[in-house]
Amino acid sequence: MRGAKSAKWVTGAIIVALAATACGGGKTDEGAKGAKGAVDPNGIFSIELGEPEKPLLTGDTMESNGSAVMAGLFSTLVDYKADGSLEMINAESVTTTDSKTWTVKLKKGWTFHDGTPVTAKSFVDAWNWNASVDNAQGLASWFADIKGYEKVHPDAEGAKATSKTLDGLKVVDEGTFTIELAKPVPYFAHKLAYIVFAPLPDSFYKLPAKERGAKPVGNGPYKFKSWDHKKQIEVVRFDDYKGPNKAKNGGVVFKNYTTLEAAYEDLKSGNVDVLRQIAPKDLPLYRQDLGERAVDQAYSAIQTIAVAFYADQWKKPKPIDPRVIQGLSMAIDRATITKTVLNGTREPATGWVAKGVLGYQPNAVEITKFDPAKAKELIEAGGGVPNNQISIQYNADGGHKEWVEAVCNSITQATTVKCVGDGKPDFQADLTARKTKQVKSLYRSGWVLDYPVNANFISDLFRTGAGGNQGDFSNKELDAKIAAADSAKTLDESVKAYQAIEKDLINYMPSIPLWYYKVNAGYSENVSGVAYGQDGDPILTGVEVKKK
Amino acid sequence: MGRYVARRLLQMIPVFFGTTLLIFLMVHSLPGDPVLAMFGDKGADPATLAAKRHELGLDKSLPEQYFVYMRDMILHLDFGDQIRNGRPVTEVLGDAFPITLQLAALAFVFELTFGLALGIIGGLRAGRLADNAILLFTLLIMSIPVFVLGYIIKMVFAFNLGWISPNVSTVPQWDELIAPAVVLGGLSLAYVARLTRTSMAENLRSDYMRTAVAKGLPKRRIIGVHLMRNSMIPVVTLLGTDLGALMGGAVVTEQIFNIKGIGGIIAESISRREGTTLVGLVTILVLVYLVTSLLIDLLYAVLDPRIRYA
Amino acid sequence: MPDVTKTATAVEDAVAPPSAPESKGSHKQEKARSLWGDAWHDLRRNPYFIVSSALITLLLVISAFPSLFTSASPTMGDLSNHFLGKAELSKIGSPEWLGYDQQGRSVYARLIYGTRASVMVGLCVTAIVATVGSIMGMLAGYFGGVWDAILSRITDVFFGIPFLLGAMVVLQSFTERTIWVVVFALAFLGWTQITRVMRGAVITVKHADYVHAAKALGAGTVRILFRHILPNAMAPVIVVATIALGGYISAEATLSYLGLGLSAPTVSWGVDVSAGVAQIRVAPHVLLWPSIMLSLTVLAFIMLGEAVRNALDPKLR
Repeated sequence: MRGAKSAKWVTGAIIVALAATACGGGKTDEGAKGAKGAVDPNGIFSIELGEPEKPLLTGDTMESNGSAVMAGLFSTLVDYKADGSLEMINAESVTTTDSKTWTVKLKKGWTFHDGTPVTAKSFVDAWNWNASVDNAQGLASWFADIKGYEKVHPDAEGAKATSKTLDGLKVVDEGTFTIELAKPVPYFAHKLAYIVFAPLPDSFYKLPAKERGAKPVGNGPYKFKSWDHKKQIEVVRFDDYKGPNKAKNGGVVFKNYTTLEAAYEDLKSGNVDVLRQIAPKDLPLYRQDLGERAVDQAYSAIQTIAVAFYADQWKKPKPIDPRVIQGLSMAIDRATITKTVLNGTREPATGWVAKGVLGYQPNAVEITKFDPAKAKELIEAGGGVPNNQISIQYNADGGHKEWVEAVCNSITQATTVKCVGDGKPDFQADLTARKTKQVKSLYRSGWVLDYPVNANFISDLFRTGAGGNQGDFSNKELDAKIAAADSAKTLDESVKAYQAIEKDLINYMPSIPLWYYKVNAGYSENVSGVAYGQDGDPILTGVEVKKK
Repeated sequence: MGRYVARRLLQMIPVFFGTTLLIFLMVHSLPGDPVLAMFGDKGADPATLAAKRHELGLDKSLPEQYFVYMRDMILHLDFGDQIRNGRPVTEVLGDAFPITLQLAALAFVFELTFGLALGIIGGLRAGRLADNAILLFTLLIMSIPVFVLGYIIKMVFAFNLGWISPNVSTVPQWDELIAPAVVLGGLSLAYVARLTRTSMAENLRSDYMRTAVAKGLPKRRIIGVHLMRNSMIPVVTLLGTDLGALMGGAVVTEQIFNIKGIGGIIAESISRREGTTLVGLVTILVLVYLVTSLLIDLLYAVLDPRIRYA
Repeated sequence: MPDVTKTATAVEDAVAPPSAPESKGSHKQEKARSLWGDAWHDLRRNPYFIVSSALITLLLVISAFPSLFTSASPTMGDLSNHFLGKAELSKIGSPEWLGYDQQGRSVYARLIYGTRASVMVGLCVTAIVATVGSIMGMLAGYFGGVWDAILSRITDVFFGIPFLLGAMVVLQSFTERTIWVVVFALAFLGWTQITRVMRGAVITVKHADYVHAAKALGAGTVRILFRHILPNAMAPVIVVATIALGGYISAEATLSYLGLGLSAPTVSWGVDVSAGVAQIRVAPHVLLWPSIMLSLTVLAFIMLGEAVRNALDPKLR
């Protein structure tokens, strides 16, 4: 019954313990001191989770419920830390000299839950399978960087694959393989942390199609035990796990709740141990209710208002002056709205790149400051808003109505531009309107990180034709700058180039940044060491269960 | 009797197909594409979408989809698979229906006992204080929307008094379902009470009652047999269609008490455009409705000697 | 909501003679000439009628002229008033006397301006349902035979879809939910109950002597239907419709609670109720007042229906 957690479904499964203070979540560091003999290393804890929407496949799990389970069952080559730097998990090393050809060496002795060894072939075969158009996996486009993708997965409707395997993938020996990309991507190694790059055991391909996602066999810290649909999913610790993030508990029970309210009530009465979200109804009081056990921590996601550049309003008679959009941005009182209407669950944004990713710069731009006088001035200077009226499209099932109304009120009161919320009944209707280019003026948009590099918040959103660019924003100048940043020699240079682009975005205003997301969650007295990753999900392996 | 039943059964056929076709068309006229939405905000390329549509049979024409669905349902009891996660619809509904049935049954018993009791008291004391008090009470119950009633009961009994747990467990126990059943059955209770009262008051003045009194029959027998039996006819009609209505109307109650019945499936299927699930669900509800209304009509013959079926 | 369908069955049986199965029971019908006059005489003395009609009149006045009751705007809010103020009876009528909502809007102003939406939904749905249902019921009941069989099966088809579920699907198929969309969604499945009531009533009436007399005198079908049958078969329909009106208002709110009723920027009690549910712990007043108004309004119409039923059905006296 819950709406989509944010605009994009939560992707990017990260399970590396956050350095306790790095993400501003000072409250979560009690795990370290809580471990004084009272911990039961085999204790099992429970966590609130909705029913995963799809079968548990590495190539098709993109919403938050499925991702949370998959994060425990599979380990990828690398993962990233809170500062965006990489940590090797299943890989011994991931190296490159030219950002085009990457060499992966695996750690020795790793096995899948069924006992078979994890080899270079396990990765290459899994990637080929996930990339193939025949398997219609939702995350296939993640392999688009790799040479030969268009042969395995042609995009056009009805097109047939001409190859089963990606040309760019080569097994060197049992523990080594190479990846050749179509063109250099300095931050490719960071993408490898995503679940779609996980390995699969040989047994996977032998299963009938319907059973593949029913009982996943992975290489992660937890082993799949059972899935009682809409009731619970159980996973238990995998004792032969060789990775650095070995589970500190005996296993996890993912308990299904139809509403967040119900989960919260159960948390208070001790029937569930960890929550991932707090219901709107309980947000104003949960810090009071839970005290130390309340979690309030930033994660790498941002809410924006995007401009539908294809709408008549913005292109006729002439393309809109970015100063008008700057003015609208400065007419929004982010501080007050986040404090009141959003109950402090968001933090005003000061740029387009979310916190916690490589290249985040505090106070990147000025145009997110609330300044009604300046706002009016900018709008006038830019020739005013056509018709003096705007609307913001949103999906009414995702808890957006309240802030859209508040933003509209703020804009109208500051600038006299008439603003109304354009609520679509649900995510489906909202999505369809966006995909078919039916948005009349502005629309709510959001972005959770895919990989912790600032490029993800710029290139994947504002490049001409990029997957996340649904407002048809297109600017040759900006495209050229992005291309230059992508072809930088090193990751460091690329990140710096993107930082410059972020500051420069005020001259294009492809969207209006609103605020960063925060994790608002909590846990019971039975557990300690509960921390949340940059995707907002709790880190399962670090949870310690107290002896009863 | 046999011919009557046969005719009624024949009449059910067009209704059955009409209703399933209607809901099928309604679901397919919803804006939004279930396959597109599977891939979230980022979407997928046309090739992937086409492959998925083909896999699910959604690339066929509407009449063909309906035909295939009905054929599989009738011949193999196969309600198809869910679009989003590929689970068989029979399995999904098989998990949820028993829970809702349990809730609806409890609500039914509740409205039956208390509704009849209040109605009988009101009917026998028509015009007096008890009757008026019952009238006022039932009017109040009828005017409070079900979600408000649900919240009031949850607030008072779960949070303030602590008598019940605010949420029903995944596999509900009977005692946990009492509060939700009261919420669900409250409205029907009011109607049952009103109807029983009206019907009783009306029959009290009928000829056969006067005759029975004149014959000198004992009062208990007059009320118990003659009055009750005749007054029950309209009440039975109401109750008959009510079991199905309770099941279809449990959405709100189930949401308030976190009950994993068909209410959640209805809401989820609508927002995900799960045509197969919704049509399957409505099919079962329609069958429940058709069968109960047939049984009710047959029951008339037992209750009312004036009705005879050819 | 189940209430709507139940009203039908309940009243159908109380007012009209039992029509199922295929109406073989004995029928009695009061003399039509004095029915309406008697009813009015009766109503004027009924305290339920007096209270409910006073309440309904007030609601209609508020709907027509909301600005007479408050000077505050129901849509513009000031966030510095966010959830401010609890009810203060001493300031009755001022914008702040019932407190402010999440957006800093006056709860009182929203109550006043929200009246129109609820009352409109109730009245419009009832008007449509009564018209469509009556015509269908009249045709089925009067012509009988094949007509009856076809129309009755169509009615069964629409009746077979659970009301709430059907309304949810219909509402979901519109991307903008105005009052008219909600009206359509409720009327889409709502007409069946009136059809059933009307059909039963017409079957009873059509064998009356005055109908045969009119036929013998050569009156046309249309004339017979509208001059002789309709006026005499209308009583149960009026009763069902009045009580159902309250049910529709309640139904709109319930759909809003599920997030499917009217949507902002329309001001309605349902919209406020659905917002209030999420804020119940910090600001229960946001949910409380619209719920009370809603219940009062529904109560008023149900009471009116009760009173009318009592007046029209002398058997109950």
